[in-house]
Amino acid sequence: MSHRILIVDDEPNIVISLEYLMKKEGFQVAVATNGEAALQRATEFAPDLILLDIMMPKKSGFEVCQALRANPALAAAKIIMLTAKGRETEIAKGLALGADAYITKPFSTKDLVLRIKSLLA
Amino acid sequence: MLQGWVIVLASFSYLGILFAIAWYADRRADAGRSLIANPVVYALSLGVYCTTWTFYGSVGRAAASGIGFLPIYLGPTLLFALAGFVLYKMIRVAKTNRITSIADFVASRYGKSQLLGGLVTIIAVVGVIPYIALQLKAVSNSFAILASYPDIIMPAKAGAVPVFQDSALYVATILAAFTILFGTRHLDATERHEGMVAAIAVESVVKLVAFLAVGVFVVWGMHDGVGDIFAQAATVPEVARRLATADSPAAYGTWGTLIFLSLFASLLLPRQFQIAVVENVNESHLRRAVWMFPLYLFLINLFVLPVALAGLLHFPGGGVDADTFVLTLPMARQQEALALFVYIGGLSAATGMVIVETIALSTMVCNDLVMPLLLRLPMLGLAARADLSGLLLEIRRWAIVIILGLGYLYFRVAGEAYALVSIGLISFAAVAQFAPVVIGGLFWKGGTRDGALAGLTAGFVLWAYTLLLPSFAKSGWLPDGFIAHGLFGIELLRPQHLFGLTGLDEITHCLVWSLLVNLGAYIGVSLQRVPNMREARQATLFVGGAEAAGIPGWRGSAGVADLLPLAGRFLGLERAQEAFARHALQRGLRGVEELPADTLLVNFAETLLAGAIGSASARAMVASVVTEEPLGIDEVMNILDEASEVRAYTRELEQKSLELRIATAELRQANDRLRELDRMKDDFISTVTHELRTPLTSIRAFSEILHEDPNIDLAQRQRFVGIIVGETERLSRLINQILDLAKLESGRAEWTVTAVDVAEVIREAAESLAALFAEKRVALELDGCESGLVVLADRDRLMQVMVNLLSNALKFVAADSGRVKVGVTALCVPGIPLRGQVTADEVRVSVADNGPGIQLEDQEVIFDKFRQGAGTADVLIDKPQGTGLGLPISRQIIEYFNGRLWVESAPGAGALFVFTLPRQASDNGANQKTGGEP
Repeated sequence: MSHRILIVDDEPNIVISLEYLMKKEGFQVAVATNGEAALQRATEFAPDLILLDIMMPKKSGFEVCQALRANPALAAAKIIMLTAKGRETEIAKGLALGADAYITKPFSTKDLVLRIKSLLA
Repeated sequence: MLQGWVIVLASFSYLGILFAIAWYADRRADAGRSLIANPVVYALSLGVYCTTWTFYGSVGRAAASGIGFLPIYLGPTLLFALAGFVLYKMIRVAKTNRITSIADFVASRYGKSQLLGGLVTIIAVVGVIPYIALQLKAVSNSFAILASYPDIIMPAKAGAVPVFQDSALYVATILAAFTILFGTRHLDATERHEGMVAAIAVESVVKLVAFLAVGVFVVWGMHDGVGDIFAQAATVPEVARRLATADSPAAYGTWGTLIFLSLFASLLLPRQFQIAVVENVNESHLRRAVWMFPLYLFLINLFVLPVALAGLLHFPGGGVDADTFVLTLPMARQQEALALFVYIGGLSAATGMVIVETIALSTMVCNDLVMPLLLRLPMLGLAARADLSGLLLEIRRWAIVIILGLGYLYFRVAGEAYALVSIGLISFAAVAQFAPVVIGGLFWKGGTRDGALAGLTAGFVLWAYTLLLPSFAKSGWLPDGFIAHGLFGIELLRPQHLFGLTGLDEITHCLVWSLLVNLGAYIGVSLQRVPNMREARQATLFVGGAEAAGIPGWRGSAGVADLLPLAGRFLGLERAQEAFARHALQRGLRGVEELPADTLLVNFAETLLAGAIGSASARAMVASVVTEEPLGIDEVMNILDEASEVRAYTRELEQKSLELRIATAELRQANDRLRELDRMKDDFISTVTHELRTPLTSIRAFSEILHEDPNIDLAQRQRFVGIIVGETERLSRLINQILDLAKLESGRAEWTVTAVDVAEVIREAAESLAALFAEKRVALELDGCESGLVVLADRDRLMQVMVNLLSNALKFVAADSGRVKVGVTALCVPGIPLRGQVTADEVRVSVADNGPGIQLEDQEVIFDKFRQGAGTADVLIDKPQGTGLGLPISRQIIEYFNGRLWVESAPGAGALFVFTLPRQASDNGANQKTGGEP
């Protein structure tokens, strides 16, 4: 049974690249392009892992992360924060809000895939 | 040889020379090169202390009591040598407060009381009149004696000749005329008379040289030196008695009294105050005077005893009045020239005294007695009169005439009963009454107006009763029984043995009683209450010295418009204007009109007026135009507190701490601003980093995908490479725009400004984007773009703005149905000239689209860096492509050319971007302004 991955990002080209990568690895993929959509998709899709951007319209990645962690139905989902903001305080904030990992953009596709696999193992 | 006309001619010539000197000194003073700004002149002018009393009277006194003439000079010597600091303080205080006379000084010290000023004036006038009479007597006597040359005949008794044959009357008349010429030619705010001081200094030299000449003649011409005179004197028992210091215990008491009296007289006599304090040009002159003036006194007394002894030896039997020895000894030896010189010396001593004394008294009478009364009489309407300076001079002239008239009257009434010295001492005792209030006022803060009034009144009454009235009685104008048996025959009230006090000479007796009562009343009444606010303020000014001068005296304000006309009425408008202009200059302002209506200005005006009409009147006049603020509760509390100095200090501290607080707040603000800027820079860098990383992420991801998997199908590969190319372009654009914006914001951008046809630029921009519009099938309409409207701008930059607005519009409208419309119009905005433009015409360019529109709260935000319009979220699924820097850059450009860029939009109804630029009125060319601006 393949894992389900939810991609949340507002940059269309980044979504395309992530979607391609995940599908290639054999995951089931869903996409959301803003924070509100992300929460909705998460409940419908029940992903095993969420790739979450921070700077998005409507709701930021931090808010989404917080809401996901507050939902017991989604408590098991792993969260990887993917963001162009690489400051120490933001990394600490993301981890404190319950993210399992934090990867800064631009990322190495190889590392990302390895990281996802290790979290899902 | 010495006929009457020769003497008269010599007298007038001498007075003429003096007047010329005074006139010259006044001219020099007006030219700013003061003749008297010299410590030697100051010390010499102090020699006005030596009147005919000294010149003739010292010898007379020495002939009667030996060395007993000396204490009159020991007093001033002690004062100058040991108590210079008192004088120094008086000068400082008087200068700071523009004190013009001793009456003004006392009035000002005790809360600027008009009543007190008037009282001091009356005491001074009454007290000094015998002294003036003494000068008249001396001059007319010396004239009469000299005129009878070669015989030596004592003049007839004063009252014996008819008034119109009395030379003293003519002397008084001439002196009055001369004084008016000297002292009341013009009105000066500082009440200083440079010409007079110069003349007085010359007179001091003349009388000193004349006396020394007589001394040298008597000692070495008539005898074989001083030793010879003393040896001869010792052989005649009558004369030898004069060589003893004092022959009774009472005589020692007299010595003390006289030293004490003369000490105060040399400080408090109106003419001494005038010369030593009011006419002082520079405080530092005092340092020279403290030894020069005593030296002068020493020299002028050097030959007194030898001349007196020689006179006694030469005129035995008392047929010749000892007061005249100075003149009669040269006459007896037929030394005509010397006798004439001596006469001139005596004239010098008399005129000097009379001129300065009457000028000082006339100022006091005018400022402290007459003007306050006149200003209070509403029927005269003086308070409303425009120019009072003429009236002030007129009052002073009449005061001079009246004072000299009174002097003459006293001379007729009482002149014969006393020797010169005794008359002078009556005056000395009168002015000694000022000592408690003046000295106390300088060193004790507790003195009040009531205390000063009580002390002065009590002392004056006692002085009049024990010294002045007996002098009338001795002249027969009061019944003899008054002295012998007391008022109403009550023995205890005998004026010269009051309450049974006997064993003292009349001067000592008077001094003991009057000063005892004076001092007692001054201190006793003062202690009845604490000084009120006004008294406390003046006390701080006087006792605290000039350091405390910064305390404002007024709590209210009045403007130049009120104060200048007021000062003008008393000083003359021109003088007042000059003074105000100087004040403005001192405060670092450009002119009178810039002077603020504050306490400082009111104080200045008051001090200025005080110079002309005295401090008490000045206060009353200024009060009429000043609106004082009502007393606050804390100030009422403060009045209850005596420590006015503490108040002043606290005020200063409060001021300082306020300044400190303001400075701290300013620093804090600057610091906050710096932090804000730092935070903004941080945010900017963070945002730029984010914006740069986003396209980099896509580029890296697809590059790696393509790199890892060579088996991706061609279509997919093409698509990925296309994304990489697009993102690379986006990245370059972004970097370019960031650099561009940085240049614009820092002002380092280069501009090529020419006359630009707006329509042309629009057409060109439209052409460059035509392909993109066609691709998205969006209609682009140009409206009014043939108008040929010209603005001054950088053509490429304007193009950049146009392209930005058009591509923004294209980005947000829907494909196929999208429409973008450009409009150009000329607008006339009358009456708002923009910099350098002849007319205020504007060119208005608009770009309208039928896209989603922009929500109201975003309409200003979109002009911020990296902020892009979200549109209406439901419609827009894709994030708009762009850097978020186009609009901020466009706005920078438009504003650089004095235009404005804004947006009008309602969500769902499209957006209208508008910019305006000032229209170039004369569409005449590209040569207007070129090249980069810094």
